[in-house]
Amino acid sequence: MYDVSIVGAGVIGSAIARELSKFQVNACVIERETDVCEGTSKANSAIVHAGFDAKPGTLKAKLNVEGNALMEKLSQDLDFPLKKNGSLVVCTKEQDESLLDKLLEQSKLNGVPGCRIVEREEMIQMEPNLADDVVKALYAPTGAIVCPFNLTIALAENAADNGVEFKMQTCVKSIERTDDYYVIHTDNGDIETKSIVNAAGVYADKLNNMVSGRKLKIIPRRGQYMLLDKTAGEHVSHTIFQLPSKMGKGVLVTPTVHGNLLVGPTAEDIDNKEGVNTTMDGLDSLAPTSSLSVKDVPYRQVITSFAGLRAHEKDGDFVLGEAEDAPNFFNAAGIESPGLSSAPAIGVMIANEIAEKLGLKENPDFNGTRKGIVNPASLSMDERNALIKENPAYGQIICRCESISEGEILDSIHRTLGARTLDGVKRRTRAGMGRCQAGFCSPKVMEILEQEVPMSMFDVRKSGEDSRIVVGYNKKI
Amino acid sequence: MSQYDLVIVGGGPAGLAAAVSAKDNGIEKILIIERDNELGGILNQCIHNGFGLHTFKEELTGPEYAGRFIEQVKERNIEYKLNTMVMDISADKVVTAMNRVDGMFQIEAKAIILAMGCRERSRGALNIPGYRPAGIYSAGTAQRLVNIEGYMPGHKVVILGSGDIGLIMARRMTLEGAEVQVVAELMPYSGGLKRNIVQCLDDFDIPLKLSHTVIDIEGKERVTGITIAEVGPDRKPIPGTEEHYDCDTLLLSCGLLPENELSKTAGVTLSNITSGPIVNDALETNIEGVFACGNVLHVHDLVDFVSEEASNAGKNAAKYIKEGKSKNSKNVQIHAVDGVRYTVPCTIRPDEMDDKVTIRFRVGQVFTDCSVATYFGDELINKRAKKIMAPGEMEQVILLKSKLAEYPDLKDITIKIEEA
Amino acid sequence: MEERHLTCIGCPMGCQLTVTMENGKVTNVTGNTCKRGDIYARKEVTNPTRIVTSSVRVKGGKIAMVSCKTKEDIPKGKIFDICNALESVEVDAPVEIGDILLRNVCDTGVDIVATKAVGCK
Repeated sequence: MYDVSIVGAGVIGSAIARELSKFQVNACVIERETDVCEGTSKANSAIVHAGFDAKPGTLKAKLNVEGNALMEKLSQDLDFPLKKNGSLVVCTKEQDESLLDKLLEQSKLNGVPGCRIVEREEMIQMEPNLADDVVKALYAPTGAIVCPFNLTIALAENAADNGVEFKMQTCVKSIERTDDYYVIHTDNGDIETKSIVNAAGVYADKLNNMVSGRKLKIIPRRGQYMLLDKTAGEHVSHTIFQLPSKMGKGVLVTPTVHGNLLVGPTAEDIDNKEGVNTTMDGLDSLAPTSSLSVKDVPYRQVITSFAGLRAHEKDGDFVLGEAEDAPNFFNAAGIESPGLSSAPAIGVMIANEIAEKLGLKENPDFNGTRKGIVNPASLSMDERNALIKENPAYGQIICRCESISEGEILDSIHRTLGARTLDGVKRRTRAGMGRCQAGFCSPKVMEILEQEVPMSMFDVRKSGEDSRIVVGYNKKI
Repeated sequence: MSQYDLVIVGGGPAGLAAAVSAKDNGIEKILIIERDNELGGILNQCIHNGFGLHTFKEELTGPEYAGRFIEQVKERNIEYKLNTMVMDISADKVVTAMNRVDGMFQIEAKAIILAMGCRERSRGALNIPGYRPAGIYSAGTAQRLVNIEGYMPGHKVVILGSGDIGLIMARRMTLEGAEVQVVAELMPYSGGLKRNIVQCLDDFDIPLKLSHTVIDIEGKERVTGITIAEVGPDRKPIPGTEEHYDCDTLLLSCGLLPENELSKTAGVTLSNITSGPIVNDALETNIEGVFACGNVLHVHDLVDFVSEEASNAGKNAAKYIKEGKSKNSKNVQIHAVDGVRYTVPCTIRPDEMDDKVTIRFRVGQVFTDCSVATYFGDELINKRAKKIMAPGEMEQVILLKSKLAEYPDLKDITIKIEEA
Repeated sequence: MEERHLTCIGCPMGCQLTVTMENGKVTNVTGNTCKRGDIYARKEVTNPTRIVTSSVRVKGGKIAMVSCKTKEDIPKGKIFDICNALESVEVDAPVEIGDILLRNVCDTGVDIVATKAVGCK
């Protein structure tokens, strides 16, 4: 019998798991996919928002600002990349400048530190590629960019190292409530648990509605993005938001923490909770929309496009805490933007609520630090040579575009919750994330997985169960 | 820091031919740096025949062609390092490289030849909408899996792009038992050689649909189907022309891009059109003593021309190493206009050039019954009739030193397509 | 009288050739714009041949497959038979370029030879 079962190994489930591991608890995370970070957490803007955007008094506003404040220390403790690049909300001459003042006022109400209005002259010094029509901007110095994969993976790894069990490829089918515990029926057996955390992303309504009469409705809101080559990564240095206009909410243009340029997202409400496909209309809309705030985005240098689904709850705010009519069933639902930014704070909030309810004691053995995969590019030549001497695999480059060595890939496979798929290796190391999009390195990464896991070549997958890469030998033997 | 006369980055056909030629022109201390575990580059996976008709006067397969040059390199005891990645090239010609045995190391070179080759355009760069499942491969990745690793990437295949690798893989997958349903090509003409269309598609009744592209990819985990549509002259899909194919694999053969990330670290100026370095008649870049050849310079369709060009780069690098920087010689600009997309080289030095310099170029569209005209300034120097020219096939003009000598004040040469 | 339609492979023109035949003999070639088209058409309709290239498994080699080809042209109609014959061929490393991997494939009188050297693991 588990004390807590968390459904969903995205950034929210992982953050809650890690916070819970600060207590003496028998906890597990249930995930339908083969790896952590397979849903909304992997396909979003990768922004740590400053927190001026949400309506004052909402959970979104409170947890965004708290999450932003927690993120920096977390990135040091868990060794994932974060960069405080600051953000700008730009206003064009067609738009109502007073909207910026309202945002500034809102930032104060929400407790966002340091926001101010910048005029064109200063703005252009900060961002020379802003569109010519941009007249003014709101500058938020605490806005940041983060690697959403490594944030989620780091949280999950650290939770696992502190005793939380992760059950992958386990999909919840139904939940049965007994007098004082729950039985979760999954396609991988039954799980008995005293409490449940619903961090099921776009499926959080389905899960909630299995046990609670207070029905939720999650509308998948698709966001399509284009990612540009690192050669375009310096086109802007801040995250550039647009004020909402007739054209819609606008798109952002931002550097990523790894030095690419990201443009998106679109916002389309769809019916399909699996609808992570991009569309021609969606992709085609990005260039004209982005040009309202940033000029000359070099779209020839797009290396990939992708779509993610925001889990938009019909009432608009995060749904957090114990369901009124389902004791010990804790929701972390409706987590859309600023969900990634809020994740650390949501983790603290939900874990503390559970700990209080179940009377959990502090875990004296909790170790809150984790070492990430070493980034050889950050080392001096001497340090790098010491590393290669100790383990020659660090001298063998596998992914040419991102200069990822075999050593890093081996680490990604052999560490806690290690990679078992091409995407798993990619999200942990960036192998395959560069301009050739894994054309050169995928056969080599497949071979490494085959040898190291070990596994048959025919079991090497891109990500999910049915995503095999090769389907047979080219000759009978 | 170790010192070499010449460091060649890349041990594919360009690097090998450059090394042989530099050695034959008197350079002793040469190092070839190759990132893969064998010399020969992409030729190792091009197991089909059709290579070498110009160079060896016989038809060889890719590995055989590479084998000939590897043999020449070994006969000459030219040094090479495998499994070694060049991480950086500096403007003062310090090469930083890395492998398992030597760790990270630096080499000071008197001259450098860039011979890194090219890569395939990926699905992402093509902006094809749809899901992102397994089962989408660049034709070259599929070629490696089938020919070297011995695995089949899929059973039911659709190919986008009629570049030669795509055509070759259509045949290869068919012969290994896969069903290749269609090859779709965005342009109204194929990017591949006629011979490959006939022998790789027609021989096996595989349809080639020109002016078609993929507009949707289905399947969340593995490709389950794709939709293609006809495109108009604006290359946008025409509503109502959609056709659906059930398949588990999509191969992409949509063009090659020179891999010049290292050239950029050295400060080499690149052409917007070829994405390769801008070079003079010696194939020297804007950085003195840094030369480029093969597909890193501009994408070739015949390896024989790569070898020829690389051999030239090797000879010129040798001359530079022995004689140092050429005198401040005059540069004549070569302009590519009216249907000529680019030329390699971009400039020519009348005083320093070889007796004969080959100017290679590509045209921007299919031309029939027209001619290639060469102008010195405003004066028509040469006009050569051509029945047909297509973007998929490289063309050339030969300039003679003796002819340029007749025009001491020459500043510009123009190459253009004119009516016959 | 029989008509066959072909695309010439001599150059990018890709002339659409029409070959007229009588009793298995070529009587006329039209559609070609040069002599190469005529020669190609006559050969292609009477005796079409190809080099078949493939790869076979190699035991104990540095890599899994060794590339190979028919040493000479074989009749076009035998392509699939030859591929089937190669299905079960496995050779031992080391292999040198030119090594015979399969003699007289499908009774064509043509050997399958290695086109790549594969050393031992």
